[in-house]
Amino acid sequence: MSFIELKNVSKIYKNGVTALADMSVGIEKGEFVFVIGLTASGKSTFIKMLYREEKPTKGIVTVGGLNVGKIRNGKVYKLRRKIGIVFQDFKLLPKLTVYENVAFALECVGMKQKDIRPKVMDALERVGLKEKVRCFPNELSGGEQQRVCIARAIVNEPKLLVCDEPTGNLDPETSKEIMNVIDNINKDLKTTIIMATHDKDIVNRMKKRVLVIDHGVLVGDYAKGRYKAHESN
Amino acid sequence: MKAIRIIGRSIRDAFKSVGRNFSLSFASIMCTTITLILVAVAIVCAANIENATKLIEDELSVVVYLKKDTTEETIENIKSELASISNVEDYVFKSKDEWKHEMEEYSETFNTVLNYLDTNPLLDSFIVKVYDINSMKDTVEYIRSIEGIDTVKYGEGMVESVVSTFDIVEKVVVVVVIALILVTAFLISNTIKLTIINRRNEIEIMRLVGASNISIKLPFIFEGFIIGVIGSIIPICITIYGYVILFSQLHGQFSNMILLIEPYNFVFYVALVLVIIGAIVGMFGSLKAVRKHLKI
Repeated sequence: MSFIELKNVSKIYKNGVTALADMSVGIEKGEFVFVIGLTASGKSTFIKMLYREEKPTKGIVTVGGLNVGKIRNGKVYKLRRKIGIVFQDFKLLPKLTVYENVAFALECVGMKQKDIRPKVMDALERVGLKEKVRCFPNELSGGEQQRVCIARAIVNEPKLLVCDEPTGNLDPETSKEIMNVIDNINKDLKTTIIMATHDKDIVNRMKKRVLVIDHGVLVGDYAKGRYKAHESN
Repeated sequence: MKAIRIIGRSIRDAFKSVGRNFSLSFASIMCTTITLILVAVAIVCAANIENATKLIEDELSVVVYLKKDTTEETIENIKSELASISNVEDYVFKSKDEWKHEMEEYSETFNTVLNYLDTNPLLDSFIVKVYDINSMKDTVEYIRSIEGIDTVKYGEGMVESVVSTFDIVEKVVVVVVIALILVTAFLISNTIKLTIINRRNEIEIMRLVGASNISIKLPFIFEGFIIGVIGSIIPICITIYGYVILFSQLHGQFSNMILLIEPYNFVFYVALVLVIIGAIVGMFGSLKAVRKHLKI
């Protein structure tokens, strides 16, 4: 059984829109997978199902052996503690400093203060923001804010890092830096990374496994480095 | 240990966010303050009316005069009859000589008049206290029917109407207090809801980083508690100083009819009630508001 597995998964919203249709895919531990597709193709729904923000209408989604659709609302936090999430809009708390924003994820799970500090500093060092611990989000650039978001996502040492268009709001140069940070996390910490994006340059350059979704259907699953070759052929 | 840490963090965060969201916290505190002042006034009125009713009821007794020259046997008989009435709390026999003695002390004129008479013209009697003033009329009717009774006297009509008026006023005030508490709960809950809508981002992030529902709710519950307690400070000061001043200005009674309750420890009880109402209403108000945002 794969680390992440979707078996005949469909998602139909209450308004009748089919976001995913009979999707089946498996992702192994430590993989780096891009999920690409046009706007409203269903890639965000796919990502949201992994951290149980959405439940499948049909089929089974398993993450690390857990049947995500079966988790009760009150127990979802247990799954979320094993997953780091990076958002396009960063979702930082504006009234907390960089340090507090990252520490927030550990405080929420009830970790001791003396254990929190080294973990937060480690995570901030990994994303290259150790010097900005006392800054507030509005004092940072977009790229720096995204790094804080990544630091918060990895501070808990998750097995899975889910990124929903993390470079969507950033210029190409900053996007490249952010991708390097995420790639290093994958290589150094062996964290499984699933990233939704519509930035083809990044996908081509990184040469990772690529899932292509179109109108809720998985239309392509390209092995590492094959996607660019396929496009150019 | 983990639970204690989460509670500790929640308390710390609650204090922080009251400060960080000061304008909204201030609105909630003011709203609590205003409604608790009204609650305090209503509680003070209700307590004083209840006290006055009780005093009147306590002082009220029925005087049962026995027929002239009643024998010892009849007196014993009347005693056992009185003892069998369920509404009779207590009864004391007061002989005509005791009445005479009391009246002599009370009035010089009366003393002189009585000295002209050879015999004591007064009647033996029983002073009867009843439990329930509302069924006093029935009790008096029953006593009248006992053999050997001459007359039965109590403040007919007047006492009943005063007591029933006080009863109605007290009930109205209690309804007002309850309504005010509900209004306070509604207002505080709504104001806190505004604060929370403003911070739904924070709640969403807490959920996404794996905070359990209880650890999300706790800081907001403590925040509601803090707002409720701070909001009760001014009403408490107004109650304590206001009532003490009012009591001394009115010399402890209101229109010769209502004896006001002694300020100490009454004001402290009211203060305690206000803090408790503020804290509980604040806590439940914010719990209600935050719950809405926790549905996944």
